[in-house]
Amino acid sequence: MSVLELRDVSKVYGEGSSEVNALREVSLVVDAGELVAVMGPSGSGKSTLLTIAGSLEEPTSGEVLVCGAALSGMSRNDRARLRRRSIGYVFQDFNLLAGLTAAENVSLPLELDGTPAKAARVEGIRALDELGLGQRASRYPDELSGGERQRVAIARAVVGDRRVLLADEPSGALDSANGEAVMRLIRSACQRGVAGVVVTHDAQLACWADRVVFLRDGRVVDQTTTPPGPESLLAPSRNL
Amino acid sequence: MSVRHALLALLSEGPKYGLQLRQEFEARTGEVWPLNVGQVYTTLQRLERDDLVASDETGDGGPQNRFRITAEGERELATWLRTPPDLSSPPRDELVMKILIALRVPGVDVHEVVQAHRRYLVELMQEWTRLKEYAADRDLGFALVVDAELFRLDSVIRWLDAAEGRIKRAASDPPMDAAAALPKLPRRVGVPR
Repeated sequence: MSVLELRDVSKVYGEGSSEVNALREVSLVVDAGELVAVMGPSGSGKSTLLTIAGSLEEPTSGEVLVCGAALSGMSRNDRARLRRRSIGYVFQDFNLLAGLTAAENVSLPLELDGTPAKAARVEGIRALDELGLGQRASRYPDELSGGERQRVAIARAVVGDRRVLLADEPSGALDSANGEAVMRLIRSACQRGVAGVVVTHDAQLACWADRVVFLRDGRVVDQTTTPPGPESLLAPSRNL
Repeated sequence: MSVRHALLALLSEGPKYGLQLRQEFEARTGEVWPLNVGQVYTTLQRLERDDLVASDETGDGGPQNRFRITAEGERELATWLRTPPDLSSPPRDELVMKILIALRVPGVDVHEVVQAHRRYLVELMQEWTRLKEYAADRDLGFALVVDAELFRLDSVIRWLDAAEGRIKRAASDPPMDAAAALPKLPRRVGVPR
């Protein structure tokens, strides 16, 4: 079942001689439980695609649907509610609030959406527990390592009943071991039914996705087919 | 992959039979490199001929023979471990050749050629990543082999990315004639090993 859909989405910045076509008629469908990676060079439109998919920015033309509902038909308040309830974001620089503990950072979106503070805190600690950070719940961001901070950010992105997880270079600031750990967590969140989109220029991270979409000059130029399964690599005829 | 030295390494732990060596070789390399038993015995015979291993019993070198490493074999293994493989000459890489040729063939979109190879490499990396996801946590040797393959494929993708960027820039800003602009440079690199 499709949870996130982009239909012929284009985005133009500026006008006249300074006009920049960041996205050109991009279509993308992401199902529940699927993780899609978007790869492309700098300036290919990866981050623009993510901000439009997450309703942080509006397309110049085309349509974005989340859980079957078109964003263009929603009021500003409805879109804000959808962002709070259904969409989780993970950024390269974590974007945690320095004055809040890990648990408070994670429970904040629930509290903003009307969940009583105590219930939100319980839910936040449960999300941290699932990512192996239960013991660090009362620590502030500057008391955590980079890998731990990103895990808190992932917990914040999936807490509650989120349906879409959007991540922009989520391991760009981490070493390869922590980067891999972050991708394992994102993949695991998707396997529980979330539709995920990760944009990255790093092939080793993109390869954790079920499908890799290649973006170039604002267009989708190609995508991978479903891998045949790891056992094919170990077939006796394989020439290594 | 040097089967010869891998067998010496296994024998450095103590005397072993041929079939045992095959099983341990495959287990230590995460079963990524299958080894047939004929290859094991042929290699052992050559190692024995070169006085790097000795068999405990007289026989035909078959399954009943147990092999042990000699002092000469231990010296050979120590030297091999510390000798870097020869990477000083660029290999005659088929992919590099294809991209260079694609630039010269009329009517060929080199970006399309680059993308076809990039997609194939990413699909291969996805398969290796699935293997890592399911199995590598339980087997250090296997995890190291999978990481090596992922880094190798990743480096090829990085080269394709860099090549595509360079080709794009060159199309809008053609480079000077290199022969006229630069003094003659050595085309071979190398450091004493």
